Formats: sequence, C-alpha cells, structure tokens
Amino acid sequence: MTDSRPVLTMTGISKSFPGVRALHNVDFRLFPGEVHALMGENGAGKSTLIKVLTGVYGIDEGTVTLDGEQVAFNGPMQAAAAGVSTVYQEVNLCPNLSVAENIFIGREPRRLGAVNWGEVRRRARQLLARLDLDIDVTAPVASFSLAVQQMVAIARAIDVQARVLILDEPTSSLDAGEVAQLFRIMRQLRDEGIAILFVTHFLDQVYGIADRITVLRNGALVGEYPIAELPQLALVEKMIGKELDVLELMEEHPRQTATATEGGAPFVQVSNLGRRGAVAPFSLTIHAGEVVGLAGLLGSGRTEVARLLFGADRADRGEVQVDGTRTGLRNPVQAIDQGIGFCSENRRAEGIIADLSVRENMILAMQAARGWLRPIPRRRQDELVDRYIKALSIRPANPEMPVRNLSGGNQQKVLLARWLITEPRLLILDEPTRGIDIGAKAEIQKLVVQLSDGGMAVLFISAELEEVLRLSHRIAVMRDRQLVAQLDNDDTVDADRVMQTIASGAEHEEASR
Amino acid sequence: MSDAGNRFRTLLGHRLFWPVAVLVVMLAANTVYRPGFLSVEVNNGHLYGTPIDILRLSAPLILVALGMTLVISTGGIDLSVGSVCAISGAIACLYISRAPDQDNLVTVLTALAMALGAALALGAWNGVLVSVIGIQPIIATLILMVAGRGLAQLVAEGQIITINSGPYRAIGLGHLLTLPLAIFIALAAALLVAAFTRRTALGMIVESVGGNREASRLAGIRSGRVVFLVYVVSAACAAIAGFMMTANVSSADGNNTGLWVELDAILAVVIGGTSLAGGRFYLGGTILGALIIQTLTTTVYAMNISPQTALLFKAVVVIAVCLIQAPAFRAKFRRRRSGTPPPPQSSPQRQKEQVPA
Repeated sequence: MTDSRPVLTMTGISKSFPGVRALHNVDFRLFPGEVHALMGENGAGKSTLIKVLTGVYGIDEGTVTLDGEQVAFNGPMQAAAAGVSTVYQEVNLCPNLSVAENIFIGREPRRLGAVNWGEVRRRARQLLARLDLDIDVTAPVASFSLAVQQMVAIARAIDVQARVLILDEPTSSLDAGEVAQLFRIMRQLRDEGIAILFVTHFLDQVYGIADRITVLRNGALVGEYPIAELPQLALVEKMIGKELDVLELMEEHPRQTATATEGGAPFVQVSNLGRRGAVAPFSLTIHAGEVVGLAGLLGSGRTEVARLLFGADRADRGEVQVDGTRTGLRNPVQAIDQGIGFCSENRRAEGIIADLSVRENMILAMQAARGWLRPIPRRRQDELVDRYIKALSIRPANPEMPVRNLSGGNQQKVLLARWLITEPRLLILDEPTRGIDIGAKAEIQKLVVQLSDGGMAVLFISAELEEVLRLSHRIAVMRDRQLVAQLDNDDTVDADRVMQTIASGAEHEEASR
Repeated sequence: MSDAGNRFRTLLGHRLFWPVAVLVVMLAANTVYRPGFLSVEVNNGHLYGTPIDILRLSAPLILVALGMTLVISTGGIDLSVGSVCAISGAIACLYISRAPDQDNLVTVLTALAMALGAALALGAWNGVLVSVIGIQPIIATLILMVAGRGLAQLVAEGQIITINSGPYRAIGLGHLLTLPLAIFIALAAALLVAAFTRRTALGMIVESVGGNREASRLAGIRSGRVVFLVYVVSAACAAIAGFMMTANVSSADGNNTGLWVELDAILAVVIGGTSLAGGRFYLGGTILGALIIQTLTTTVYAMNISPQTALLFKAVVVIAVCLIQAPAFRAKFRRRRSGTPPPPQSSPQRQKEQVPA
C-alpha cells in the first residue's frame, strides 16, 4: 500500500495567527487506500492543518500537492470539487432539510433548469445504500440520531468523487455500536481506494482502524509512524512530549468508596423527580464530597437527569431537598442559588459565549448571581481569572482573547472555571472530557478528584465507562430513560457489571443505602 | 515587515478605521466642492456653520441609534422607534398646547415627563411581546411601528399640533456654551448609556445574551429581563429624540415625526460595527455611523442634488460604505489587484479570527 505514490502531500506548511504560531514547517502525506490518523493534543494544530488543507485558512508557507499537482484551495467547496471532502466534528447539515436535500444541497441534479427531485431522491437512496443505510431520504435530518446524521454527512462527502476523505473527530458523539458501524464504512471506503484522514481523541479507535499515524505537537511535526511500530504508550508520550504522571493516573485503581461517602452529609436528595417525555421519575441522593457517576448509553437519559437537577428543564413531578429542606429547582437561577453548577455536554450551544473573552466567560456565572448592578471589580476579576488560567493551565493564557479562538479542551476548562469561581457545592459535569485530548482529560479527571476531596459533590456523566469507574464513589446507571440501578463502586463493580446492567436493565439492585 | 508597516496594519485593522475614513472622505469631498464647508463662525455668541449643523441634526438619530444598539446586541431589532418618536412628541406638544402658559418651565417638564412615561410603557409593551410571549422581535415591534402611527394620530386628533413654547423649542434649537443644546443632550445620553452598560455588568450581560441566549440562561442570567430592559431603554431614547424632532419645528405631526428613523438607526448601528446577529456592541461606532448618515444627508442638500436622485445617491454611498467594511469584499479586491490569491482569512483585518483547535 505504501509503495504507491501519495495522493496528497503537504510540505513545509507554516501558519500563524495573531499572537499564535499554529503550524510550523509541518510535512504530511496521505496514500490512497489507507486510514491515516492525525494525532496530537488540543492546540497541537490538527484542526488548523485540516483547515489549511481545505482552504478554510490560507497558507503562510509551504505547498500542497494533490496527485502531483500543486494546489491551493480557496475554500472547502473548491477542495471538495477537487476530491478532498471533509466531515467535521459538529455535523454540518441543515437540520430542517431532508436527508436527500442535504446530500445534494448546492449541486442538485437539474433537468431543464429545474431541480430534478426524483433524481435527487433516487441518487440519495443509492448513496446511502452504499453505506448500508436504509432510511427515508425525504425525512428531515433532525429526525435521525447523531450517528445517522454523521453517515449522511459522509455520504455527501463521498458523492463528489472523493479521493481524500477527512473525518475530523467523527466519533466524539457516537456510542460504541455506532462507532463500529462507522468503522465498517471507513474500511469499505478504504478498500475502494479512498485515502482517509482520521482525527480522534480516542486512542482505542486509532488502534482499531488506522494504518499509519502522524503526530503533531505544538504546531510541529513529531513524526509519521506505521501503526505497528508505535504502541499506545509510546504514542501518548509522543503527543505529550514527556512522560507525565498522567499515565499513572490513567492506570490508577478505582476510587475507594469508603473515603467520602460516610463522612459527607446528604446535600441534594430528589425523590420521584421526573419529566414526561424526558426521564422517568427517579430518586437520587448526592452527598457532599461524593462523586456520583452517571453511566448509560447515548440517549439513555443521562443529560436529562442533569438538566432536571440544574433546573434547565422543569420537572413535572417529584420533590427536591437541599440540605434536608424542601425546595424547588425550577430554573437555573434557583439551582445556582442552592450552590449547583452545570457544565453542559454541548459546549458550543449551551456553554461558551463565543464572542466574549475568556475573562468574561469565566466570570459570567458569578456576575449573573450578583446581578448586573453589582459588577465584579476589575481587579477581582483579573485575580480570579489569572488564578484559574494557571490552575487549569489554560492556553493561550490570554484572558482577553475571544474564547472562540481557544481549542475545544481549553474552552472546556474555561467553562469549568466559570463554575469553580462560583464555588458550587454540587458540580454537574456532562461529558466534560468529550472531544478533548488526553492531557487535558487527565487534568480534568484529577481536578474532579481534588474537588471531591475538598468536599464538593460532583455528578459525573460520561460515555466512557472506564472514566466513570475510575472517578466515581457511586454509579447510577441509566437505561431507556430510567435510572435502573445505583451501584457502590467497590471491588465487585467493574466495567462488565455496569455494562451488563446497562444491557439488561434487569439488575434492579438498589444501592445498599 | 517594517515597524511602521505593522502599525499601519494595526490601524487598518481597527474596528473604527473604516467608518472614520468614510466620514473624513465625505467631509473632504464636500470641502472640495464648496470650500467654505468646514468653516465655522461666531454669531451672537453662538457657533454657526455646516459642521455644527451636522452635529445638531444628527442628535436625534444618535439617540435612537444608541437604544437600537442595545436592542440589536441582544439579537433583536426595534422597528417601532419612529412611531415612539411621533407618539412622545405628540403627547408633549398636546399637553403644552393646552396649557395656559406655554412658556412655563413646569408645564414643559410635566409634558416631557408624561410623554417619557408613555414611551416607557410602549417600550415595556415591546419588551413583554419579545421576552415574555416570545414573538420574533421584528414582528413584535412591527406591530407598534404600524399601530403607533395611528396612536400618534389619535393623540393629535388627526391634526398637526403647533405650539409656541420657548423652553420646549430650546430642546431642539437652544444653545449652551456656544453650541446647540441638542448636541449636549445627545452627548449626555451617550455617556449615560455608556455608564449604564459599561460601568455596570449590564453591557457584558447584554452581549452574552445576544451571543448565546441558551448558554446565558444556563449560566444563571435571567435573559428575559435583560431583553425586556433593552426595549424599554430603546423606547426612552426614541422619546427624547422625538422631543428634539418636534422641538425643531415647534409642531408635532403624527404622520411624519421620526418617519423611517428606525432604518437610519439600524444602518448607523451596522456601520458602527455591531452585528445584526447580536453579541458585541460598540456605542462609539454607532455614534460615528449616525454622523456619517447625517453628513450624507447634508451633502445631498449642499451639493444641490435633485430630490429625485437624492435617495439613489444615498443608497449608492451606503452600499459603498458597507462593502468597504466587509472583510470578504476587501480581501477579494486585494486579491484581484495583487494577482496572486492570498486567502481571505489571512487578512489581519478579519475580525472573527479563528485560531487552532
């Protein structure tokens, strides 16, 4: 495979933004019929490299050749026309248009000047059949799961005679079954001779599908390796650049249950809290200093539980006690008053305010709680912001930079800082480590441990079971929008047992408390 | 790249560079056409001259545009400001016209207070429609834009109310420290709005709500209240502008007071750099925008452009201003000139810079 000529070569690519050198003299090549993983921490330059390639950004220095010819695309449309298609992390489809319309938007087959809708639907069905997807192509895209939407995006990408398919974190919102489906399609496309550039943060997935790996660090090329020559540990070292205690943390034994739960008093107790159509009534107690993990498949109601506890959605039944006193959590303001904070899984839509600076994003929740008439004095703002930029090692450490310019992991840290500044007693973290690199991930995990040791209660939601097992004192398992079990995270609990509970839902074993 | 070149680029990239440049070019063009354009003379202890006129005449637009800036920053729009101008002007003039002594200061102040109160109520109406009931701002304020003209007619009973009140006329035509009083009123309003938004956390909260309403709600901001508030502020600004407009001519005409001012105000806000999509707002830019629009109007008169072509002329200039400001357009222009295709995004002027993920 590697003896053929590369379909795509990037040589000596450099790219700077005001104040940031995003890429420095990076080489990259891609062969037909391979899956090539592009790895690196947040801010290493992966997305920038892709955007430079597809013409979203201009190139400061360096050349790109496609099939031996030098090219410079002025945008993704032109790149796609030349055979370089991209599917982004956030699915870029129009949710209100039909599947067929989305696939052919902007290049509808025409007859006598009018769009030939019959042809559109027929070809859409054909394309999706190639991906083994049998869905109603006239239904709006929004009516399908994220995974299906991702497939539709891929279908659109490969229809334009793609020779290079770029998948920028396609799996970050998929569950295990959906990932398997995606991989099957990737293999199929690879065997058809398409070169696939694959960006992900999930190491397991890299070893599940990639043929070769290129590692970037701080905007520079570390190296290109065949997958067999780079074991997982070595890859992590190359990405991070040093042997961090991160790795030890990743190996750490599950948390001991006894430490906090017995000492902590119940902070939030909900009984029979529920919302029609979102989540069946559930009861849950969270103690001070306790990490409660929420496990379950995508769409099992994890996020809905979090939203009810934060008042983001209003519960239509059940009651809530905070510190033993009955109260309501009807809206976020009330929840924040009670000392609850919530980092949404949907960072972009429900988390950051992209226009505002890092500083403003960080102090937002505290300022909102004080009311607009009592602005936080600037010196205190700077103090707080500086402290958390350091504590969470947010990069670049420029509080006045618009938060949109930060990488995903750093945006996540800014959100964490927003809530930590309010000194909450319960912090709800919905997928705080999704789509961020391994270093930042380990830092956030470590932070959760520290916070709970300091007496803060944490509700930790993650699709990654291992993470939940590692951090939680107790694990609540969701299935089909029901809380089906609460397991004390002791020696008897492991991934298999949680998985079984998720799968069967039969184990209605209430926690021993 | 030389240091000076660097500094020049920073200057070029400044948000207010292009609006200022346009204003300067317009003033220069006028001076070329009529050398006396920029001259200011002292007469009776007051300053007179075209520049002073431009400042005075732009005062109502500045007021309306200030309120509009906040509304647009939340991602909304307020089409009803023209009607609010007319209603508040009509109420004030009606009260004064019925008073026994029109020159009595107390009478005038009472009239202003009543009219302002009515405007606040109208602003609250807009605010409730948008923030509580959840109607799209453009539709919600369209209601008052249309119905408000009728209200103004009702107040004036279909007549043009003429008054003869010294204190009231002073709002539009009076002088203070050799300059027209209207300039000071607009300046005071600008400072007040600036203090109101930038000295408190209101500005940031407005920008936050405009930037991402759901995220703001989840951060504990009562978005509804903020949105409500900006419509009230907008109506209050419009009311004061309405006083100026009617004071200028000592009469209130429900049909014509503040007609189409909402469009000029929106234009001023956009020229000033505030995005119609909401988010960051720039009060200084808005004021510049209002000055540009008034300068343009004055230019049309000064150059004796016939009324038939005046609107067309205005349109052409406005389109040019907007294009010059658009980074994509400038990039395209540069590319054509230099022959090689430097990618649009690499331009330092680009505001929405995206950096590595």
